[in-house]
Amino acid sequence: MKPAEHIIPVPAIEEGTVIDHLPSRETLKVMRLLNPQEFEHPITVALNLDSKKLGKKGVIKVNNRSLTKDEVDKIAILAPQATVSIIKNYKVVQKNRVHAPKSISGIPCSNPNCITNKEPAETQFELVQESPLRIRCHFCERIMSRKDIAL
Amino acid sequence: MTFKGRDIISIRDFSKDDIMKVLETAQKLEKKPQPNLMKGAVMGCLFFEPSTRTRLSFTSAMEKLGGQVLGFEDAAVTSVQKGETLWDTTKMVNNYVDVIVQRHPVEGAARLAANAADVPVINAGDGANQHPTQTLLDLYTVQKEKGKLDGLNIGFVGDLKYGRTVHSLCMAMSHFKTKLYFVAPEALQMPEYYLADLQKKKVPYVVTGDLDKVAPELDIIYMTRIQKERFPDPVEYNRLKDSYRIDKQLLKRTKKDVRILHPLPRINEISTDLDDTPNAAYFRQAANGVPVRQALIALVTGRLS
Ligand SMILES: [Zn+2]
Repeated sequence: MKPAEHIIPVPAIEEGTVIDHLPSRETLKVMRLLNPQEFEHPITVALNLDSKKLGKKGVIKVNNRSLTKDEVDKIAILAPQATVSIIKNYKVVQKNRVHAPKSISGIPCSNPNCITNKEPAETQFELVQESPLRIRCHFCERIMSRKDIAL
Repeated sequence: MTFKGRDIISIRDFSKDDIMKVLETAQKLEKKPQPNLMKGAVMGCLFFEPSTRTRLSFTSAMEKLGGQVLGFEDAAVTSVQKGETLWDTTKMVNNYVDVIVQRHPVEGAARLAANAADVPVINAGDGANQHPTQTLLDLYTVQKEKGKLDGLNIGFVGDLKYGRTVHSLCMAMSHFKTKLYFVAPEALQMPEYYLADLQKKKVPYVVTGDLDKVAPELDIIYMTRIQKERFPDPVEYNRLKDSYRIDKQLLKRTKKDVRILHPLPRINEISTDLDDTPNAAYFRQAANGVPVRQALIALVTGRLS
């Protein structure tokens, strides 16, 4: 089969949030980080779009929901160059860069001997350094970098 | 910051003032023992892995203050074997005691127990992560032996890569005016992360493989054991093991009043013929665990403030 070189353009949305400039290979991880099962409305994900800056990029469009600052900032730990646009009536009303938050949850600790991997506990990480990313597990105190984040 | 009700989980949580408060309290308790201070109080000593040395020190500390100790050493005999979570075990023990001392093989276990318990939790070691009472007794020893914590050259020798006591003491010493020397074979040197942290805090340090060369500059030599298993190559181990050994020969090249510390147990990195020299501080160091742990128990339970 011929590899998909052309992708059907992602349809524009009337209301919602567009997360753009995601590195292609991080896009599905970002998707999982957003916890999509909690969203009621359609979400469109596009991968391998051509991008001058990133080579190949991904885009996520969330219908009928403006992502909160917490949700948006989480994205920065995986895709610091991402942009987040809030759409109202097909127009961008707000466009922001993401910034890694001081405290991060919702990702697993990479240390197999961390208590959070042994029994039920919500993980929590403190931001040590934004670039290159270093976060510290609140429990085992192990330092993680971006490549250690498994989602 | 008041200590009453506070958990002692990581040396990372300690400010310089916190450290000084614990050391002062320990000093007072050592000078003037208080055999009734903890009367009527119970300490839960939960050792999910054996560590006789640490458990005896904590037990002695509590009993000399007139308090009682209950608990276990070895998770195999407890409900943990039946699959009870640490969370539930802690919730249960919480009902019977005024303070919990916990040793656990899993990193982060102390922080989780502290979340579960209403009474203060003191971490007596969580896997490879933290052992804050060891760090505080190390600091207490340095202060007692040298009369100060500022203006000292401190050399760490041996396994600096995996040695959690080294990492914690190094973190704690960065509150003081100090120069640190990291003496180890390349494969066992300080992790990059800790060095970067020292740079950020502008703490001067030296990384070297040559103990002979830096020995004359040191006020404190903090020895750790090098475990054979840590070496990728056994030949390398045999070649290097003796270059990180202190004996009378090396002592000739050090400052006269240098003090040698070691978290114990040692293998052969400190020659036994140093044991009777005034430079050998390691047995006194072990004994210092008692007043330091007394101070922590009394402070977190609010019996002293
Ligand atoms: Zn962890």
